[in-house]
Amino acid sequence: MKLNERSLAFYATCDSPADNSGFLYKRGERHTAYHRRWFVLKGNMLFYFEERESREPVGVIVLEGCNVELCDSAEDFAFAIRFGGTKSRTYVLAAESQAAMESWVKSLSRASFDYMRLVVRELEKQLEEMRWGLAGGCGGSREPPGSWKPKQCPERLPALPAIPPKENGCAVWNNALGVGQPPDTSGCGGNDDEGTLRPPPLPPRRRVLNGEAALESPSTFCQLHERYSREVARLRQDWLEKRRCPRP
Amino acid sequence: MRYNERELLSLARQPAEKAAEIRMSVPKKGSVLKKRLVKLVVNFLFYFRTDEAEPIGALLLEHCRITKEEENVFSISFIEEPERKYCFECASEEQCQEWVEALKRASYEFLRRSLIFYRNEIQKMTGKDPLEQYGISEEARFQLGTHQQ
Repeated sequence: MKLNERSLAFYATCDSPADNSGFLYKRGERHTAYHRRWFVLKGNMLFYFEERESREPVGVIVLEGCNVELCDSAEDFAFAIRFGGTKSRTYVLAAESQAAMESWVKSLSRASFDYMRLVVRELEKQLEEMRWGLAGGCGGSREPPGSWKPKQCPERLPALPAIPPKENGCAVWNNALGVGQPPDTSGCGGNDDEGTLRPPPLPPRRRVLNGEAALESPSTFCQLHERYSREVARLRQDWLEKRRCPRP
Repeated sequence: MRYNERELLSLARQPAEKAAEIRMSVPKKGSVLKKRLVKLVVNFLFYFRTDEAEPIGALLLEHCRITKEEENVFSISFIEEPERKYCFECASEEQCQEWVEALKRASYEFLRRSLIFYRNEIQKMTGKDPLEQYGISEEARFQLGTHQQ
């Protein structure tokens, strides 16, 4: 499959801000030796360079649909980027400190386009509700008294698809941040054995905003976030406990 | 450049935000418009031969320019090479406009700008940072204005 590699390289090296960057050790595919590489995270793309000054990345990992987990490794501060599907590769990386590892796990876990879209929808909804509130409820003008117009679109908020195909993010999170978790069986999407991601079930249709629907979506997002935080906290706890035990 | 092709192929099989059969040409000498299945999934535009399951190619839609060209036609080019255009001839002007709008909003960077905008607006209206309750206010990717490395 062709990819617009020149544009990718440009994206990697241009001066748009990176969401994270730093040296990480990357375990090789066939040989298990670790190589130190300069990593740059932009959006849902994790680029890696031979050296910090390299003009072009050696490679890129598209992060959509991945799980990020701490992992057992002889290497300290190791973590893994895992994808669903039996034949998918797992990228094992190691940071140079506890703080760096935590920072990377956090930023990689939230790097997907899906996650960003979820957050944007949440805020979009909150803002829309506030506008309705200002305008005194349903009916009447859609413009709030103090006019604001998003730069990129007309009076309506940006037209993100109303029924998103991969809305709830469960397909990303639900296969668990923990090692050895059973395969996902909740209704939230997951992987089948052929290595293809099953699309998650469609979320309930968003109701027309009437002030009451307000309570639903924020709690969905909160629940999602709450679940995620619990898993990370548990994982961290496990990892700290393992560290306390004497190594063989 | 190495990339995780398997995962990208898997992404190409996901339900699309938008998909249609559109005539398309690539920026190569002598390239002609050919009917393709064009599929938008997150910030990737995949294009397939109409009878094949695997895409011929994928375009990452970051730092790109979507331009309305002549009737029914739009193009995608990338800012570092603005003359190299991928051209798309739609079945109607309406379809063309829909794709132009959808593609302009398709990038991760667009989403990020939207988020920063909404966050700012909500903060101005309520005095509170809406990201605080989710514990993600300090994340680099959500910061107002440019963040320096």
